[in-house]
Amino acid sequence: MNATNRTPGASIDIRKASKRYGKFVALRDLDLSIRPGEFMTLLGPSGSGKTTTLNLIAGFTEVSSGSLEIGGKSVLGLPSHKRNIGVVFQHYALFPHMSVGRNVAYPLTLRGIGRAERDGKVRHALEMVKMADFAHRYPNELSGGQQQRVALARALVFDPPLLLMDEPLGALDKKLREWLQLEIKRIHRELGTTFVYVTHDQEEALVLSDRIAVFNGGQVEQIGNGRELYDHPATLFVGRFIGESTVLRGKADIVGGDTVVSIAGTKIVASGKISGHAAPVILLRPERAVLHRPGTGVVDGENRLSGIVEEAIYVGSGSKYDIRLKDGTTAVVRSPLGAPEFAIGDTAEIAFRPGDVTLLADDASADITLT
Amino acid sequence: MSALPQTDNQTAGGRPARRLNLRDAGWLAAPAVLLLAAVLVYPLAIIVLRSFSEPEPGLQNYIWFFGSPVNRAVLQRTFVLSGWVTLASLICAYPYAYAMTVVGKNLRLILILCVLVPFWLSGVVRTLAWVILLQDSGVINSILRGLGLSPVKLIRTQLGVVIGMTQVLLPFMILPIYSVMKGIDTRLLQAARSLGAKPWRAFLQIYVPLSLPGVYAGAIIVFILSLGFYITPALLGGPRSTMLSSLVQNQVLSLLNWGRGGAMGVVLLVATFILLAIAAPLMRQKHTQTRREK
Amino acid sequence: MQLSSRIFLGLFCLLVAILLLAPTLVVIPMSFNSNKSLAFPPAGFSWQWYDNFFTNPEWLLSLRNSFLIATVVAILATTLGTLAAFGVTRAAARTGGLLRAILITPMVVPGVVLAIGIYAVYLDTGLVGTVAGFVFAHTMLAIPFVLIAVSASLEVFDRRLETAAASLGAGKLTVFRTVTLPLILPGVLSGALFAFITSFDEIIVALFITSPYLKTLPVQIYSSITRDADPTVAAVGTLLFLATSFIIVAGLLIGMRRGRT
Ligand SMILES: Nc1ncnc2c1ncn2[C@@H]1O[C@H](COP(=O)(O)OP(=O)(O)OP(=O)(O)O)[C@@H](O)[C@H]1O
Ligand SMILES: [Mg+2]
Repeated sequence: MNATNRTPGASIDIRKASKRYGKFVALRDLDLSIRPGEFMTLLGPSGSGKTTTLNLIAGFTEVSSGSLEIGGKSVLGLPSHKRNIGVVFQHYALFPHMSVGRNVAYPLTLRGIGRAERDGKVRHALEMVKMADFAHRYPNELSGGQQQRVALARALVFDPPLLLMDEPLGALDKKLREWLQLEIKRIHRELGTTFVYVTHDQEEALVLSDRIAVFNGGQVEQIGNGRELYDHPATLFVGRFIGESTVLRGKADIVGGDTVVSIAGTKIVASGKISGHAAPVILLRPERAVLHRPGTGVVDGENRLSGIVEEAIYVGSGSKYDIRLKDGTTAVVRSPLGAPEFAIGDTAEIAFRPGDVTLLADDASADITLT
Repeated sequence: MSALPQTDNQTAGGRPARRLNLRDAGWLAAPAVLLLAAVLVYPLAIIVLRSFSEPEPGLQNYIWFFGSPVNRAVLQRTFVLSGWVTLASLICAYPYAYAMTVVGKNLRLILILCVLVPFWLSGVVRTLAWVILLQDSGVINSILRGLGLSPVKLIRTQLGVVIGMTQVLLPFMILPIYSVMKGIDTRLLQAARSLGAKPWRAFLQIYVPLSLPGVYAGAIIVFILSLGFYITPALLGGPRSTMLSSLVQNQVLSLLNWGRGGAMGVVLLVATFILLAIAAPLMRQKHTQTRREK
Repeated sequence: MQLSSRIFLGLFCLLVAILLLAPTLVVIPMSFNSNKSLAFPPAGFSWQWYDNFFTNPEWLLSLRNSFLIATVVAILATTLGTLAAFGVTRAAARTGGLLRAILITPMVVPGVVLAIGIYAVYLDTGLVGTVAGFVFAHTMLAIPFVLIAVSASLEVFDRRLETAAASLGAGKLTVFRTVTLPLILPGVLSGALFAFITSFDEIIVALFITSPYLKTLPVQIYSSITRDADPTVAAVGTLLFLATSFIIVAGLLIGMRRGRT
């Protein structure tokens, strides 16, 4: 299974795909394009349609409307066993009545591959996931992490151009998860297969992916790499879902091309303005703000918001503060080591530049889905 | 950053589509249902039909059945004997099933074997064994005589029939009661005791009500099976312990009177289904029970 | 529990156990009786009733009939019952419940009522005293047992394994053959065993649809009991008891071994 004679990764094109269960719409007009060989992660809250999307690609369910192409060919109506896609499930799904070796050989046997070639491929696949010594064990004699590695070998042994994984590490503890993340990343690099990966865990998504598709309510809100999503969220939902943030709301005016929002009587300036009619809100990342004692370190053109320190947590690389503003909002600020330190109950002023915040259209549903 | 499941989830739970779906897995049951239609539904329909039409259309077979004191007595006896069998089984089964839940693993295995082994003996042979046990020179009377007691007439009496039927039906009482008792959280009893209830009181007020679904299930199964019993009463019973099944058999095979035999059969069938309809809701309580977590 | 109630419970259970086992305890010694009598305790010891069973063509023929019929019934009922179990467990919940209720009815319909109905139909269709007649009736009676055994294993079967197999390239039939069937096999086999025993032991319907040319073993036993006191019946009972015990114990041991690996 060396990189040279492998099937190249397949592209995926989903256009205007909808999936309805009775009256309930699980996916609405979903558009998603995945490049050949890409590691794409589907990230989103529970019930946002990630598994449904994966099931559509795998052929476990059919779209209600829309189109789905894999490698440039429509696969609508093609049953899953003819799609030649590897799938790794959260619950491992190893066949309990077959040894590890026979589990991995299963897809090869189905494809009528001869004994010698089969044995070789099984061995290669098991070596790739470092499970070659376990070929004679049965699944119930393996730990969760070992089972998942076997499942990965089984899903890759037949050289599928596409591998789907639905929270494959969801049932494992943190250490093991981190180690397997690296293993999966290595395997992806070695094989060049297209990987589509579903997770709840944004850190995992950031570690693994070339690009991340953020799902919300049966739609993709934004696709991009980690930096794009963090620094330039397209919607308030994405901004809040990826990383930590403080959302500042107030009455907004446009002054000279910039947006001025008054928050608890203080005017806050954010560079630029948003298009459309929705009310603008300000999204502030915790490390873009600096904490000052009242009245100190004032720089011209910087925004200042005063509040009371509600929580101060030492996090090694610095401190993390929750600051309660006058309007009741809690702002999160991260100070690096060496910055002034505050105790609970202190009054502090949050300072940040107009260009360091993101202006986004307000969207009440972003709050509801995130609570 | 966890998210609540969307509220739509609850309503989404795919309601079964109303229209006929040819790909529905239910069609796999079609061959079995067809066989059932041919060898169960159709024959029963014929019996019902004949009870109303032979020798001539009308209700005369039912009028005859309910008009005859002998038949009414047999009908009544069928119910009374079934009641006694159910009661006797319950009295034997309840403590036995309880014991099964409290003993150690090995003893439990033995107790379970004692329940299952009778099934390994052919049904007819089992009834023969009861003939051997109950006859005037049989085991029970030999023991009684050995103890210096006077022998009892058992064979061809109602008592003999009840004893034989109870043994045959006892497993059907023990197993459902046991399966419910197994799931009762005995910590509830301890809780009641810690609140000051005396052991017996706690048992009667907490444990017994929780075990009732099993009792209902067992009782209804035993009662229904008793109503239709045929072989055991026929071999162990005498003229004064005839049950309805024997009358049906007699009408059809000896007297060739399909109308009257059919009418009696229909009465038995209807009684069975009425009982089932009454009992079904009682047994369904089982699902709302508190169960012990594993 | 107090000691006194413990002792009381223990004694009571002993009595119930004796009641349960009494027939078995009586039949086995009776089969070695040296007199042609069913009086207990048996006198002397002899193998003559076993001898009689194995040399009497009437007994052997009825054994052969029962064996033949029960084998066909086991195959048919297991096939139909397994299909039905898939239907019941995988149909929409309401359909499934309804189907289950329908398919279980043979267990609650009073035997004699069913027997006269089948007898009436068989008289019209010439099925009285035929192997086919027995097979139809017994298969119908056996299906509920298969249905219960197989749907119990289907309910614990993880259907996601079927999805996994499909993703690896297995079509519907291959999935069934290589994944589903091997994993529900214990349920299917115990269903088959139940079906076999149901047919082998069935007497009420058999008494009606039997003919002098086609008797099953229970019919033969029944007529022997009603004719005279012949300990051959006890010998037959003992043989059947031993055979059943052997099959069940062997099945349990195999099941335990499979469960361990
Ligand atoms: N078979 C089904 N019938 C009805 N509704 C369904 C079905 N499958 C999924 N849904 C609904 O579709 C929506 C999307 O489900 P999906 O499984 O894709 O979510 P998800 O993003 O994978 O969530 P999670 O992170 O919790 O796994 C959910 O609201 C779910 O309740
Ligand atoms: Mg999911």
